[in-house]
Amino acid sequence: MIWNEHYECMEREELLKLQGERVKEMVKRVYDTVPFYRQKLQEAGIEPGDIKGIEDLQKLPFTTKQDLRDNYPFGLFAVPQPDIVRFHASSGTTGKPTVVGYTHNDIQMWSEVVARSLTMAGVTKADIIQVAYGYGLFTGGLGLHYGAEKVGASVVPISGGNTKKQLQLIEDFGSTVLACTPSYAAFIGESLVEEKIDPRKIKLKSGVFGAEPWTQEMRAQIEQVLGIKAYDIYGLTEIIGPGVSMECQFQRGMHIFEDHFIPEIINPDTGELLPYGELGELVFTPATKEAMPLIRYRTRDLTRLHADKCQCGRTLVRMEKCVGRSDDMLIIRGVNVFPSQVESVLLEMSETKPHYLIVVDRENNLDTMEIQVEIEEEFFSDEVKELEGLRHRIKANISSTLGISATIRLVEPGTIERSMGKAKRVIDKRNL
Amino acid sequence: MIIKQLSVFLENKTGRLTELTGILADNDINISAFSIADTADYGILRMIVGRPELAAQVLKEKGFTVKITDVVGMIISNRPGGLHKALQIISDNNVAIEYMYAFASGESKATVVIRADSLQKIIDVLQEHKMELLKEGDVIQV
Repeated sequence: MIWNEHYECMEREELLKLQGERVKEMVKRVYDTVPFYRQKLQEAGIEPGDIKGIEDLQKLPFTTKQDLRDNYPFGLFAVPQPDIVRFHASSGTTGKPTVVGYTHNDIQMWSEVVARSLTMAGVTKADIIQVAYGYGLFTGGLGLHYGAEKVGASVVPISGGNTKKQLQLIEDFGSTVLACTPSYAAFIGESLVEEKIDPRKIKLKSGVFGAEPWTQEMRAQIEQVLGIKAYDIYGLTEIIGPGVSMECQFQRGMHIFEDHFIPEIINPDTGELLPYGELGELVFTPATKEAMPLIRYRTRDLTRLHADKCQCGRTLVRMEKCVGRSDDMLIIRGVNVFPSQVESVLLEMSETKPHYLIVVDRENNLDTMEIQVEIEEEFFSDEVKELEGLRHRIKANISSTLGISATIRLVEPGTIERSMGKAKRVIDKRNL
Repeated sequence: MIIKQLSVFLENKTGRLTELTGILADNDINISAFSIADTADYGILRMIVGRPELAAQVLKEKGFTVKITDVVGMIISNRPGGLHKALQIISDNNVAIEYMYAFASGESKATVVIRADSLQKIIDVLQEHKMELLKEGDVIQV
């Protein structure tokens, strides 16, 4: 099943022409409405008229996460605030989130691409879809929700957590599709076994999992324990949220909805454009976004693109699972975490030194994060309640800045390895 | 009447305590009494030693996190009811104890090391009740 055959199976020639028109229109639009882009284009010596087709895209300057931060919260919006109908946000490196806005049409477009994604996973109006992504500023919950409603499926907007309830509704409602992070899907699977629920009594048939990296082994494990076919969905808040790309039933990479999100692969060090098939940093230009169009946004995700036609009939390019990131961002339980966020929390607290080590692991398929922190000698107290109080204060500050909780381990000053160059701040044991 | 206790932050790592006792032995510092408060990740070692300033200095040089804390040493009789009698006096006077540990010194007496918010109040109360207190000079002989 293909949701929108016109766009998903368009001849590539025609698609490139469409992308060209859309980029052309968008560059003119941001030049007129976003002072940041007008200045950036002027500095690069580019007039909107210079962009005549998709081949001119590579002449344009990049947009980075830092640009989003510098223009916090609404500086990159291309429409006045009354035209915004929704905000979403993801955590940023400095404690300030990355904010995105959506117009009515943006929400429509987003619902469309999620509807296309769900259709790839075989979802139809006959399905009951349990959306166990978090609802709120995070794009996962509401993104899947609107797309599922567009398909006409029956949505169970349960949000994340409360695993007992998840199991109960899977059983009682007969949910056929589960949408959540892969680690939560694995956890639900394990809980199912623990609660001794007979897998034959549940009706789940497919899962739409994303928002964090996962392996083929994990896919096999989830598929086995839940008795489903698991699909990978990709997206990022800055571009739209989930639904930037999605796997079809052949699972040979994720088809990017290129009529809206124009992908490029670049050399992360030089910015030079790389051909299909080569590994590099993924860059997106969400040309049709009204509220916050971005020019050549650098995702920091490393992957390859393939443009040969897929057996499913779609002509859209496919991106491989991301193999890593060109910066130090960690994705823990679906949340973006930058080591520098931890550092800023510790720097603000006089009782600790900014020496720390983040140990990320996966226990029972759930990501765990331990932060080892050196205590400041002069604040050492020989009373347990004082030290435990300190530990809890660090924990609370970390959790309010990062949006996820971490285990805090106090260690002796001087025991965390110092480095003359780039300090080793992270040990990731997850083998992703 | 106030005596100096050495407090050391110790991570729960094999060999860490042995390293510390080695340093004290090398510097000819005697440990008269000690206790360890432990949590899952770390412990706090509290010790009464001869020459606490020197001990703190040598341990710091070796990278330990050390603090000198004021405590009171209360001498009680080493027989049933001895501790109870002393604690009764303290609680009757509403003094809160942060932590304490004890060691027997000979057949007839025991010493209880006490850390409290208001050490002076404990001292006053105990002296009022004619309880014997450890003096700094006594420590080496403990």
